[in-house]
Amino acid sequence: MEALVAIIIAVLVGSGVYLVLRARTFPVILGLTLLSYGANLFVFISGRLKLDQVAVVGQSADPTDPLPQALVLTAIVIGFAMTAFLVVLALRAQGELGSDHVDGQRDELSGEHLDEQRQEESR
Amino acid sequence: MSNWIMAPILIPALAAMMLLLEVRERHWLRRVTGLAATLALVPVSILLFRQAATGDIQVYSLGDWPAPFGIVLVLDQLSALMVLLTSVLAVPALLYASHGDDRLGPNFHSLFQMQLMGINGAFLTGDLFNLFVFFEVLLIASYGLALHGRGPARVRAGLHYVVLNLIGSAVFLLALSLIYGATGTLNMADFAARAAELEGPALTLVKVAGLLLCVVFGLKAALFPLYFWLPATYASATAGVAALFAVMTKVGIYALLRVHGLAFSDGALAGLGDMALWVVSLLTLGLAMVGVFGARRLGELVAYLVVMSVGTLVAALAWGTEEAISGALFYLLHSTLICAGLFLLADLVSRGRGEVGDALMAGPRPPAAGLLGALFFIGAVAVAGLPPLSGFLGKVMLLQAVPAPLYWLLLLAGGLLAVVGLSRAGSTLFWRAGEPTANVVLNKGRLAAVIVLLAMAPAMVLLGGPLSAVTESVAAQWAQPDLYIHAVLGYPGGAQ
Repeated sequence: MEALVAIIIAVLVGSGVYLVLRARTFPVILGLTLLSYGANLFVFISGRLKLDQVAVVGQSADPTDPLPQALVLTAIVIGFAMTAFLVVLALRAQGELGSDHVDGQRDELSGEHLDEQRQEESR
Repeated sequence: MSNWIMAPILIPALAAMMLLLEVRERHWLRRVTGLAATLALVPVSILLFRQAATGDIQVYSLGDWPAPFGIVLVLDQLSALMVLLTSVLAVPALLYASHGDDRLGPNFHSLFQMQLMGINGAFLTGDLFNLFVFFEVLLIASYGLALHGRGPARVRAGLHYVVLNLIGSAVFLLALSLIYGATGTLNMADFAARAAELEGPALTLVKVAGLLLCVVFGLKAALFPLYFWLPATYASATAGVAALFAVMTKVGIYALLRVHGLAFSDGALAGLGDMALWVVSLLTLGLAMVGVFGARRLGELVAYLVVMSVGTLVAALAWGTEEAISGALFYLLHSTLICAGLFLLADLVSRGRGEVGDALMAGPRPPAAGLLGALFFIGAVAVAGLPPLSGFLGKVMLLQAVPAPLYWLLLLAGGLLAVVGLSRAGSTLFWRAGEPTANVVLNKGRLAAVIVLLAMAPAMVLLGGPLSAVTESVAAQWAQPDLYIHAVLGYPGGAQ
């Protein structure tokens, strides 16, 4: 089970890092989400992996660690709020800079080119 | 044990909520509430500082849970000094913003108080996860403040700032869970006590975690190669916000200093990351020099001066002797206040120059150019480290404490390039100026805020003796992590 969880975290973080390095805001937001999922899962297992155990001391012979669960809840809430904020900011950037590029660069394909492309597609 | 230690967190938190409830149209009411709450922090932080100066370390257990299990707030001399610095900085910054800038968006005052709460909380907490939470509080408030006032430049810089800090938060979480997994604690004192005795794979994990923490704090402090967000973000933020942000990089430095002093000073983790921090801080210093020299706008120039001060400070931290920390603390107080003053001054000058703004090219003469020029001169002399002002004193203390040729070279060359850059900027702004634009009057309130901050430069020299005694005693306490560990856990570090 440790190996499986480790691979899941590695895949999440790896994909997250790849997406964060993209040039458009939407993949970057998805990447940050995956990255924070990976980090949250990592926080969760820092109290060791245990199957079928409650997180209450005294209710079980070998209780699972309750603290990481509290920590991860905090981290999830914070991460969620930050992602929501980033989505709004990205929309705002799209509106003000006229592009979803992370540096606010205008597309070469924007304007006339894009219109031509659309016309061709519609034909 | 006194309850006053909660006040620097509670006052801004309550004020922020009150400000949200107040009617939006009543700007004066919001200004009065915000200013009153910020002013109230000054006597409170002076009181706390006086309590800490006796040498006692106060520990406040939230919810009365005993130390390694519950969250504690810890007031030692270092945190008291940082809280005091924040409150002294916040008053003029808010005063400046209250003359118009706060009306550019609806919730400026509330965000400002939240920012203060996050900064004070980060300085006072004695728990690593709680530090993460306060970092997030100050960050989300800073996102709002950095974007306050609209404009494409702000949105572009803000996007980078937010994305970078979100990645930083993820790395912070990874480091924290490594620490928890390996030592079973997140309390700073308990972590320090346990880390000293680690061995085997657990030690390797904690070393990785410690270096990840250095990366996160380096991002907050704006160290090479993680400083590229700073000039754009600070230069495009509204002036009052940029002035408050001058203390934000110092939150990163404080966190480095705290973790370093406690856990990386001796024991199994001794000297962790020192070499990397030394190299990186010297690179920061060198590149910031180039930035100061090449800046095209006054705001950008001041932002690079902030980066330069960060390099100067972290190099002293990596050197790690008590004298170096004492000098660094003096320099930290000076550079925070003076850079904040220069941010405000840059805005004041750019307002008088019409469309040219703070770009470093010939433009209309700002109103009261003589007075502003004199203030700029004082700020420039102080920040470049020329005698007789505070920067000179700070640099002398640092040069005495860190006898490394490379550091001397970079610090002195940095001073020289700063002088050249600043005099070029000053002569462009005030001497190569054309006819003043009509209808621009100097706002007295804004001017007062600038004068208060820049007056700190001569004040810090006049009070140089007592002030350096203070920083020496702070550094002496910092160099004895056992005191901190004993105060929090009730038993000396290491022996359980």
